[in-house]
Amino acid sequence: MPIITSSKSKISYDVIVVGSGAAGSQTAYTLTMGGAKVLMLEAGRDYDPVKETPMFQTNAQAPLAASNTPDKHFGFHDATVDGGWRVPNEPYYVKRAGQSGWQEGTDWIAPGSNQNWMWWRSRMLGGRTNHWGRISLRMGPYDFKPRSRDGLGLDWPINYSDLAPYYDKVELLIGVYGSNEGMENTPDSSPGTLLEPPKPHAHELYSKKMCASLGIPFMPIHRAVLSVKQDHVNAPAKLHPGNERAQKIIAKHMQLRAACFWATPCGRGCSTRANYQSTTVHLPPALETGNLDIVPNAMVREVTTNGAGKATGIIYIDKISGQEVSAKGRIIVLAASGCESARILLNSQSKLFPNGLGNSSGKVGRYLMDTVGASVSGQIPALENLPPHNTDGAGTHYYAPWWLYKEQLAGKLNFARGYHIEPGGGRDMPGMGIAEDVAKITGGGYGKKFKEDMRRYYGSFVNYDGRGEMIPNENSYCEIDPERKDKWGIPVLRFHFQWSDHEINQAAHMHKTFKDMIGAMGGRVTSVVETDGRKAIYPPGAIIHEVGTTCIGADPKNSVLNLWCQAWDVNNLYVTDGGPFVSNADKNPTLSIMALAWRSADHMLDELKKGNI
Amino acid sequence: MNLESGKLDRREAIRMVFAAAATISVLNQQSFGATPLPAQPYGTDALLRKDYKPGDFWPLTLSDEQKVTTRALADLILPEDDTSVAASKVGVVDFIDEWISAPYELQQTDRKRVLDGLRWLEAESRKRFLKTFADLNRTDQSSIADDICNLGSARSEFKIPAEFFAAFRNLTAGGYYATQKGWKDIGYVGNVVLFQFPGPPRTVLEKLGLEKN
Repeated sequence: MPIITSSKSKISYDVIVVGSGAAGSQTAYTLTMGGAKVLMLEAGRDYDPVKETPMFQTNAQAPLAASNTPDKHFGFHDATVDGGWRVPNEPYYVKRAGQSGWQEGTDWIAPGSNQNWMWWRSRMLGGRTNHWGRISLRMGPYDFKPRSRDGLGLDWPINYSDLAPYYDKVELLIGVYGSNEGMENTPDSSPGTLLEPPKPHAHELYSKKMCASLGIPFMPIHRAVLSVKQDHVNAPAKLHPGNERAQKIIAKHMQLRAACFWATPCGRGCSTRANYQSTTVHLPPALETGNLDIVPNAMVREVTTNGAGKATGIIYIDKISGQEVSAKGRIIVLAASGCESARILLNSQSKLFPNGLGNSSGKVGRYLMDTVGASVSGQIPALENLPPHNTDGAGTHYYAPWWLYKEQLAGKLNFARGYHIEPGGGRDMPGMGIAEDVAKITGGGYGKKFKEDMRRYYGSFVNYDGRGEMIPNENSYCEIDPERKDKWGIPVLRFHFQWSDHEINQAAHMHKTFKDMIGAMGGRVTSVVETDGRKAIYPPGAIIHEVGTTCIGADPKNSVLNLWCQAWDVNNLYVTDGGPFVSNADKNPTLSIMALAWRSADHMLDELKKGNI
Repeated sequence: MNLESGKLDRREAIRMVFAAAATISVLNQQSFGATPLPAQPYGTDALLRKDYKPGDFWPLTLSDEQKVTTRALADLILPEDDTSVAASKVGVVDFIDEWISAPYELQQTDRKRVLDGLRWLEAESRKRFLKTFADLNRTDQSSIADDICNLGSARSEFKIPAEFFAAFRNLTAGGYYATQKGWKDIGYVGNVVLFQFPGPPRTVLEKLGLEKN
């Protein structure tokens, strides 16, 4: 990729985009295809998945059989570079249960971690899109107006119908497999948008059959993986109507992407460009326009402003030279992840903006949310001794969307919002936990009998992961630590966080449901089922759906951004990552981040053309 | 790591000499694992597209005697049978050595448990049969293993050895089934290119009472 160093960058750009993940890359893609000159700043190193992805490497070829370590939190072959629950030289501060004062955030599996917030960061080109789960679910009509529906949380200033055309575009661009099932608040895509879903796995089909009596509706999940090649003939005109050059470029890159060959875990990234990560899907065509410069190793400190209160550019630290560098742009876009963008705004203090930029409402950093997560594992006798068959490729194929909308609205549940279920199981590449699972059933043993047990039980384990909506609250936020700075001299964040009873009760409901499901399948539970949701719920931040902190709204008094994700206080400043979210539905946020970013970038292009900015 | 090859090249031989020297100081400690090992973590940006083998990132530290016990116990847990080879034949001893020599907290915890456990096993073997564990016949080895192979039902005086046995079994199986031979044994048939995802075969669907889709 033609990546440049800071000394090669131009004097000024139309737009500076901070961040190269889903948000920054979608923003830069739309802008550069539309003709704007863009500088992208990435805090981590350059990264090329085509050259670097370990595609067929086996666990046996990695140290410690590729298992998790403090250096690689999701295992040796995970795509994440220089990141994870901690980033070298870039601390953040948290509260720990049972301890006083502020503590440095570490690793959530570290003994006694008990952190009130876990912050996963990736310091690499493409950010977290290189390893993400690729689950791509649309938010539904209810999800944009939750307060109007049940009186809790916040409404968005837009409706589902405002974002629907952009969901179509993003799905068409990145490639999403799935099906239209017409389920409540689980929107269908426009015809011709989704790619054919892969056939379900045995454990998914069996879950569907045996859990039907519980009313749980398993169906094809939507994931950003090319189950077949993209329609490079018809899709480009839908993506870029009237823009022949953009159509030509994206048609070429659609042809360069291979269809999935149903092997190697998506979390490693994909050298054949078959799944979505910004480094293989957004950035190559954006660079081909000639309108994009990317500077990696650029750690942004602040947005600069002039006496008229307009944003003028960015000051960043070039991590290679350690020098402070200034870049100028007509529009500044923060897409650095919700919390990192809030950090940059809060660190951009001046006479005009003494509390940080865009923060006249005092809401920057507020309404931090993650997804509610809880999990139960089990062993299913019916799945024992199945004939060997290949279950690799593109992860989860089925899921169950939230199915109790009516019961919830009728007040029959003790929590307000829904969750979906992701089933795990199958005959994956064996990992380090393989004997421990069997010992839970047999007690242990050794010798020929143990080997027979290993064959018998392999593939018979399932787990159900719940992913549920969190309601924003006043007690969950990030702020600047008044004393501590990172290696680059930039003040760091500290975190406040509390679940409400809605999230706690939802997690308990997940555990009960999953226990019932395993029972309905004739299985036995192999993990602890908690009736206390506080024990069932994953630590805050652990699901890595960090949203909120620069809330979108209809009123500048109580929101940071308007309906275009444009700062109320500074009209040439936008935030296009998860920060604008004012609700965090159970629909994993990345697809919505990209749809919002595309819409926001269209607005920037319009405003640039009209001369309003 | 390279679990498949049992070959010892010159580089590895030198490393083992160094490791053996390092082990002496460790063995002299009151408690195994109390002294930090001369090992560095592999860092947050290791080259991923590469075939590693034990010793590539940090020195291996099992003594020759410890290796003999490790081999005997690993092969008792996963012996040769009609389907597949014994654990030591696919490099599990080196894998366990790599694991307990690693500079991370989890592995350091396992290090203490494993080294203490190996020592207990030798002492128990001498106490009961006046021989080293590796020199016992399968029946005598089993009479010790039977007391410690089930953590849930082990008698109270065997609780700590049973914890060791469970951890050791996890390491043995983790290393074994990570190899191609282990895959073949257990029935993992993936990591190959498919042009289409076929879904479960008819035999699987029939066994589960699922209609073919």
